[in-house]
Amino acid sequence: MPRNIIDVIDLSVAEIDQLIATAEDIIANPVKYQDACAHKQLATLFFEPSTRTRLSFESAMLALGGSVLGFSEANSSSAAKGETVGDTVHTVSCYADIIAMRHPKEGAPYAAAQFSEVPIINAGDGGHNHPTQTLTDLLTIHREKGRLDGFTIGFCGDLKFGRTVHSLVNALSRYGNINFVLISPEELKLPRYVKEQSLKPKGIPYTQTTDLESVIPQLDILYMTRVQRERFFNEEDYLRLKDSYILTPEKLRSAKPDLSILHPLPRVNEIAVAVDKDPRAAYWKQVKNGKFIRMALILKLLGIEV
Amino acid sequence: MNIDSISNGVVLDHIQSGKSMEIYQHLHLDRLDCQVAIIKNARSAHMGRKDIIKIDSPMELDLDVLGYIDASITVNIIRDGKLKEKKHLELPQRLVNVIRCKNPRCITTAEPQLDAVFLLSDPERHTYRCAYCETALDKQF
Repeated sequence: MPRNIIDVIDLSVAEIDQLIATAEDIIANPVKYQDACAHKQLATLFFEPSTRTRLSFESAMLALGGSVLGFSEANSSSAAKGETVGDTVHTVSCYADIIAMRHPKEGAPYAAAQFSEVPIINAGDGGHNHPTQTLTDLLTIHREKGRLDGFTIGFCGDLKFGRTVHSLVNALSRYGNINFVLISPEELKLPRYVKEQSLKPKGIPYTQTTDLESVIPQLDILYMTRVQRERFFNEEDYLRLKDSYILTPEKLRSAKPDLSILHPLPRVNEIAVAVDKDPRAAYWKQVKNGKFIRMALILKLLGIEV
Repeated sequence: MNIDSISNGVVLDHIQSGKSMEIYQHLHLDRLDCQVAIIKNARSAHMGRKDIIKIDSPMELDLDVLGYIDASITVNIIRDGKLKEKKHLELPQRLVNVIRCKNPRCITTAEPQLDAVFLLSDPERHTYRCAYCETALDKQF
């Protein structure tokens, strides 16, 4: 059975630490890795549009000297003819050495993994999991703070449908001495099951609030999220909630000077463009980190040591 | 009330009073040609009242289904008129094609030919989660 990454908790803390160490080494010595995946092929199966994740995977494989194949929307695959996820993945696993897959249905990568002869990486399944974004977030926090424990992190925006938030809360709950501040409208609060699975059993402190400005001074990290139109069945609810939290230079005046602002992107308007010039904005560095951690993950799943 | 004892078959004892028809349906006992006796509201020193099902034919039972419906049930295997084996049930860790996920965003909703797999996540609350999308389903019976 190939090793698959469906959920970030498929990786142990030791494995995540090792991936971060590999990513740091790739950043420091890119030439050392440039032919590590020569003659290996990555298939990117994107049943749902994506800019960052797909291009990041492709860029990662190319930077490792491998090649890529795949599709970027369901309409250009046999899914449009009614082919099941299992059959599509079974077919592609005959051509590629590793598969990165995004699908709008939750659990699709888990289903796919049952039919694949090569490793599957979940590149996002609906509102459920997005483990490589979480690894990207962890690498970014590690690079910004030099550690993955001992800080206060605020999650702001859509905490209900934001899969990146669920995964990151879960991943960080395995590290010590982290204080979670959950900032959202009532309708978009972090689901109860995430709190019950990740925070409560470990006695991890968390506070919930609807007011960003009152808590921003205590934060070491602020993780902003977009209110996602595609997760709503009702357009009216989306329109009512989409402008709930907009981060501006004014709101940042009371924040710590060493705050790190993260965002999984894409953003709509929840971070004003003027914030991009603030040295505390880490979200463009986060994008770059996504490529390096995916390089590390591809190497690991292919069993390649450099 | 007298119900003949069986010589070769299965007796499901200690069924919660009133639950026997659900078990009858989930085990598809209506498809059997042999005699099946459903005894409702039998007196029980331990439970007050209980239901019992007697099946007058040897058969393989899906113990996961039974354990999921009611883990307090006792399964008695009868051979040649004697108790050959007494099985006590427990909540199964994994359920396959017993319940379906109700999350409209789950891949098993879009592709119903996939096995519906649920994993026990909270034994105290009898909560199972879909193995695909992790949606929780409290015990339905």
